[in-house]
Amino acid sequence: MEKTIKKKKAFIDWFLDSNGATSVAVVILGLFAGTIIVLAVGKNPAGLYKALWQSFVGYFNKGMGKWSISPLGDTLTFTIPYVLCGLSMGFANRVGLFNIGAEGQYTVGMLAAHAFAVLVKPFPGMWFFCLVVAVLAGAIWGGVVGILKAKFKISEVVATIMLNYIALYTYRLVALYLLPSGATNRTYRTADFPSQALLQKVFIPESALNIGFFFMLLAVAVYWFIMEKTALGFSFRATGFNKNAAKCSGINDTQAISLSMAIAGAFAGLAGACVLLGSLRFGRIMQGQDNYGFMGIAVALVGNSRAIGMLLSGILFGALKSAYSLMQFMNIPREVVNIIEGLIVIFIALRSGLELVKQYRAKQLVKQEASK
Amino acid sequence: MNIFSMIPTIMMVVAPILITAVGGMICERSGVVNVALEGLMTVGACSAACAACVMQFAGAGKFSVWIAVLIAMIVSGIISLIHAVAAIDMKADQTISGTGINLLADGLAIFACQVLFGMDRTDAIPIRMASDKLGFYPSFYISILVLLLSWFVLYKTPFGMHLRACGEHPAAADSVGINVRKIRYIGVFLSGVLAGLSGACAVMTQTIQFTSALVGGRGFIALAAVAFGRWTPIGVFGASLLFGAAQALSVLLNGTAIPSEVFNLIPYAITLIALIIFSGRDYAPKSAGIPYTKSSS
Repeated sequence: MEKTIKKKKAFIDWFLDSNGATSVAVVILGLFAGTIIVLAVGKNPAGLYKALWQSFVGYFNKGMGKWSISPLGDTLTFTIPYVLCGLSMGFANRVGLFNIGAEGQYTVGMLAAHAFAVLVKPFPGMWFFCLVVAVLAGAIWGGVVGILKAKFKISEVVATIMLNYIALYTYRLVALYLLPSGATNRTYRTADFPSQALLQKVFIPESALNIGFFFMLLAVAVYWFIMEKTALGFSFRATGFNKNAAKCSGINDTQAISLSMAIAGAFAGLAGACVLLGSLRFGRIMQGQDNYGFMGIAVALVGNSRAIGMLLSGILFGALKSAYSLMQFMNIPREVVNIIEGLIVIFIALRSGLELVKQYRAKQLVKQEASK
Repeated sequence: MNIFSMIPTIMMVVAPILITAVGGMICERSGVVNVALEGLMTVGACSAACAACVMQFAGAGKFSVWIAVLIAMIVSGIISLIHAVAAIDMKADQTISGTGINLLADGLAIFACQVLFGMDRTDAIPIRMASDKLGFYPSFYISILVLLLSWFVLYKTPFGMHLRACGEHPAAADSVGINVRKIRYIGVFLSGVLAGLSGACAVMTQTIQFTSALVGGRGFIALAAVAFGRWTPIGVFGASLLFGAAQALSVLLNGTAIPSEVFNLIPYAITLIALIIFSGRDYAPKSAGIPYTKSSS
């Protein structure tokens, strides 16, 4: 009897200590809440799970008379910006910063790639240079926040929120007034991109899955390498743990903060270029925010800012987004997906409450020991 | 175009920003940062539009507008309590829970429209707020009233002093018997109620129906107005006036030589520049954003 109690306790302790386990629990809780909401409006929640399942394995397309795996392609295509924006948030998070500005860094990355693609004379391999300028633009946009934080002590949360909107309207200004306008529609589209600037499609041609996916995987590897294997990454993590202690042991915290925000911005900038040149494939004029940057926050939080964790949670959110469009056919209001996403973030925030449970349990243990 | 004839329109745009900003100010002065203002406004606007449509389709008259406004305030207030529980009791990262509410609000609003109206916006609201002889909407007078009330409560009542103490030095407030938890709960709840009021005012004056683009970043503009207005009622008023005017002019001067995007950009750029210029001098409540843990003695 005593043994089983001990085992049970050990499970709770393991659960409380494991970030991965609580992340999984949070996702399950989010899906559970979504199920209840679908039930509450009198619909069949099975459609929600069917859509999620189809976003991985595809469905039987009656019109074409064959199995279509394009939903999987969509899932993986959405995964590209989700993971990259997650890396952006996560990288800053490891240094103790809250980068709510992936949205803006994504937007300027997209703008830089856009401008390069329509202004420079087309040449073979042009797409690669588009990605490079996007990465640089994102890095600058993020780096500015880092400098403001390190030198002027300006809250990175407020600064990035401002820069998100500055990026959005700058995009519109530049696209509407400075870039060559398209022949068809001047309010929604600019001139088309040359084919050399587009990212080549791979694997599933009927979806928009493109070589940006490999760059995303590369970015995950780079993230892991910088964070875990280099002295630079160590200085970042040390600054994140305790800024003053890091400073005392000779780490330049100003440099760590500025540089980490620049690298964070670079990831988000790449995301912008991949979406524009890989998924959209036309010279768009942004009407509003794409929300990939904000969802990146969720991706990073669920993935605990670890490289593999964020890759997995990025795929999960990609599947949710893919399921969003599939749910039209399931007779379920598809916005339940957005509700689930929001709830997951709220549950993640509430996770800090587990810390209180831990403290309570530690206290109980001390009391028990004392009474023996 | 005559500048005076534009004033009512400008004030129509200013009012929601001002009301939300006052809520944000109260919340931050109590020690909780609320980046969920945007989402709370969305929830308020949507619930006001849904309530008004449902009541008016059933034949309700003019008074239904005000019941809808009241419903919006209650719903947003309830949603804001999620933030309160997370930030105050669970000692959560306030930016995370705020972001979560922003994401949730968009989903909830459109979901409600899907369920009630079968599309991703509400039907057109038959009866909305009417403007008076001068062209001002009731929302303008409400916003001024809210501003004056906030000033009076914050600076002229014991409660206001307690609230400000909780934002500056909660431990000191606690030591003289102020219930920090209760005060902060009230602060967050008030910001939710006011954001709901503001969302309702926006949907009842500026448009005919709720759409997902209605709020369009104005919650974040209000957040900027709080910082730019240095957390004081008079400052927040000035900032809201400036930012609201910029928003209004982006619409009023559309098609002239200056692109509307320039006006859209102004609030954010000004706030960022102001933050740089005034950096080093701390105007923000000292303990805003930091959960308060009672030291166990």
